[in-house]
Amino acid sequence: MIRHYHTIRDLIAEYKSGNKTVEDTIIETFDRIDKVENKVNAFILTLKNEAIQRAKELDKTLKKSGRKTKGKLFGIPIAIKDNICFKNYPTTCASKMLENYIPPYNATVIKKLLDEGAIIVGKTNMDEFAMGTTCESSYFGVTHNPWALDRVPGGSSGGSGAALASGEVPLALGSDTGGSIRCPASFSGVVGLKATYGLVSRYGLIAYACSLEQIGPMATNVSDCKDIFDVIVGNDPMDSTTISKEEMEQYLKKSFKDFPNSKGKFTFGIPKELLGEGIDPEVKKSVWDAIKLLEDLGGSYEEISIPSIDYSIACYYIIAMAEASSNLARFDGIRYGFRSEDKGNWNEVFANNRLAFGKEVRRRIMLGTYALSAGYYDMYYLKALKLRTLLIQEFEKHLKKFSFLICPTMPILPFKLGEAVNDPLTMYLADICTVPINITGLPALSIPCGFSQGLPIGLQIIGNYYEEYKIFQIADLYEKNAHTKNTFPKI
Amino acid sequence: MSRQELEQLGIKIGLEIHIQLTKLKTKLFCGCNADYRDMPPNTYVCPVCLGLPGSLPSVNKKAVEFAIMLGLALNSKISNKTLFYRKNYFYPDMPKNFQISQYNKAGGVPIALGGQMILKFKEYDKRINITRLQLEEDPGRISYDGTILSSPIAYIDYNRAGITLIEVVTEPDFETPEEARIFLQKLRSIVEHLGIADLSLEGSMRCDANISLYGKNRVEIKNISSYKDVQAALNAEIIRQKNIYKHGGEIKQETRHWDSDKKRTFTLRTKEEEQDYRYFPEPDLLPIEISSEMITSIEENMPELPDDRINRFIKEYKLPRYDAEVLVITKSLADFYEDVVKKYQKPKEVSNWIMSDLMRHLNTLNIEINDSKICADDFIELLNLIDKGTISGKLAKRILQLMMESGKKPMEIAKEKGLLRINDLKKIQEFINKVFNTQPKAVSDAKKDPKAIHFLVGQVMKLSNGRCDPQITNKLIKEALNKI
Ligand SMILES: [Zn+2]
Repeated sequence: MIRHYHTIRDLIAEYKSGNKTVEDTIIETFDRIDKVENKVNAFILTLKNEAIQRAKELDKTLKKSGRKTKGKLFGIPIAIKDNICFKNYPTTCASKMLENYIPPYNATVIKKLLDEGAIIVGKTNMDEFAMGTTCESSYFGVTHNPWALDRVPGGSSGGSGAALASGEVPLALGSDTGGSIRCPASFSGVVGLKATYGLVSRYGLIAYACSLEQIGPMATNVSDCKDIFDVIVGNDPMDSTTISKEEMEQYLKKSFKDFPNSKGKFTFGIPKELLGEGIDPEVKKSVWDAIKLLEDLGGSYEEISIPSIDYSIACYYIIAMAEASSNLARFDGIRYGFRSEDKGNWNEVFANNRLAFGKEVRRRIMLGTYALSAGYYDMYYLKALKLRTLLIQEFEKHLKKFSFLICPTMPILPFKLGEAVNDPLTMYLADICTVPINITGLPALSIPCGFSQGLPIGLQIIGNYYEEYKIFQIADLYEKNAHTKNTFPKI
Repeated sequence: MSRQELEQLGIKIGLEIHIQLTKLKTKLFCGCNADYRDMPPNTYVCPVCLGLPGSLPSVNKKAVEFAIMLGLALNSKISNKTLFYRKNYFYPDMPKNFQISQYNKAGGVPIALGGQMILKFKEYDKRINITRLQLEEDPGRISYDGTILSSPIAYIDYNRAGITLIEVVTEPDFETPEEARIFLQKLRSIVEHLGIADLSLEGSMRCDANISLYGKNRVEIKNISSYKDVQAALNAEIIRQKNIYKHGGEIKQETRHWDSDKKRTFTLRTKEEEQDYRYFPEPDLLPIEISSEMITSIEENMPELPDDRINRFIKEYKLPRYDAEVLVITKSLADFYEDVVKKYQKPKEVSNWIMSDLMRHLNTLNIEINDSKICADDFIELLNLIDKGTISGKLAKRILQLMMESGKKPMEIAKEKGLLRINDLKKIQEFINKVFNTQPKAVSDAKKDPKAIHFLVGQVMKLSNGRCDPQITNKLIKEALNKI
């Protein structure tokens, strides 16, 4: 087991002191992967030879520089969700459509990770094109929850969550369109952040719903999660939706001296829509325990109401599916991707090639196409955009008053494998706590807050726009006192 | 058809013109070189313009500036906030299977709205209203071995994919095909004066037209490639529609394709087959804010526009309005004129030469001044040679034609072809002697009737291929006749 250090900072310190080489870490990593991967199936692709090669090079530079490391992630193994382009290696989106697709360029976040010395050890499993809450729609088989192998690890970044929980890697990247980082963080008992929209470049992230999604960090503790976030955050000229360089400078300088205040006090809100009906009693209990602990730590809370949350699932799925129907149009098999027999006219060729999409992807493309069609656009898409504005106003009102909002990440315990896969509506409803965050573009972090029947439960901390560092602060405080850091299942 | 005849048909024509902003160095949403013509297929491409998974567009700021310039030149209102929209349809020339464009419905705001252009005709002025201007990306190109039906393979070249297009949409204000042609000609001159595109490049200006007669159903015509074609296409369509109405038929609302070889339009798709483009705001691009300061600074740096140039030509060179308007039809011709006039300060004479002989040769060769082999300095030399009497005005016209065909200098041609004027008395006398010897009857006629001298002069000119100086010849013939 690789877990004999607390944080990646400790690991880097060991490299510096010469107690451990980067190669040692990578060999341990792959020993662990070899041991558990047949039970968990977290990876679509592992890159053992490449990783060892890079580890050796890093060890050499470390030696040459007199044991001075360059890079915040020097020699740290990291797993990447398979919808983020890694140059010259297959990036499949867990789809038959892209089974053999090899991107000729690196996503901006990949460049940043490599520049800071990270070692990419593999590409992790996910729901096909990130469309799912269970990681079961992958063309490459389901991923199992390391805490209970007959349960789902959460989705869509289920492979990243499971790789962390099973101790295969200390760090992972996921992407979050409607909860795809936070759901697996909750189900697999790890930490994951969906940052404010526009803070992390999406260049190289194969789009599902571009106005909702962000790439984000996942780790087994808050400190590690913050360390990768520090690396991937930033303006990117290749992504016009990232905030400007000047705004980014302001953002990074921002401090939260008023939190907690001089008396060690802070306030938080609890949206009653997310801790009432429809929430599993076990989840509720765990979250209330966490709230009590936060009270003990100086917090005082108020129950609040955000009425538009009731419409957020409908709003989310209309926007997401509409964008998906357009984003996924490019997969026609002409330039890359699955190519069936070239027969008939263009439309017939396209239709044949697009049979490579799985059921859930097809469902979302069709619904999205419908929602954008003449006569329905006003009824669905425009209405969804109006609701988006309303939801933003309601959230902002409370986030001005409170330091943050608290609720469960997932309203339920992890599904049994196969339980939700044929019941899309149940699956969609499970996103109730996570999708409002993507609709509004707010930041939110999921952190483990307890167990029921040995299954992890996640607490969601929602902050105001651009207040990730405040979220990290409270998450860190909570983690220290709840003793949830680096908890692993026996596997 | 005459204008009166056309008026009775109640014609309404609107145009949609696509202009490639060829003076941009890079494409609309990526850094690829925009000078794609004549390059090997699929060499000027990148993940963005190939629409590779994960790539994102970012807007070329210069393209926005160019579009604002055109908007200002057409008196349009520049939007203070403009949005890109996705136009969704499947076709292999579009790598993303959607086109990033702009839209005027469903909350869309194109870069400029409204505007107008005044067209001047001999008998009347015509105001054409502009509906909107919008930016969009050009698709790639598909080619086949032979026809689309017989070819076993389709070749797709994405070098053109992502090139910046600006679309100008007019109101259905044109009442004759000629008005449409003049509009396009003037639009082209404006675009070239702004320096935002060179529209002599093949495929850089494309036009769709919609046309209805008697206020009835509208037909859209696609694939009109130039302003030369627009009149032919519209005329053909008017005749088609007129005949159908004459025989009691009705025109269906449909889209037709102009075939410039067969000189007629063909049904492309009917109203029922029209696509639903499912427009929605492009989520990968933020709205572009255009401040009034930006508009002012662009406005202050606008180059001279054709209408101003026409007025300046009238004032500065004392040209008749007609001359000025003809010269400013294309920027290159107006530039040529001014290059010549700068060093040869007889503006009206230069104008006469350009408007008659030079333009006639250009039309025969079906080229523009830029593509012809003549340069301003050679043209000036030609005019100087006439003034000095080295060549005759008449021969100069022939030399000009040869200059345009060969690119040689006028003196070189004159020497090569033996076209220099003969001033030498002895040589002229030799020609006269020959004529006198062969035409004794004409000589005796001329002795009796001085008017018949013209015939003898003509004979000498003919014999010398027009090279003998006519005045000297005249004088010498008179002297010779006196001696007889
Ligand atoms: Zn490009």
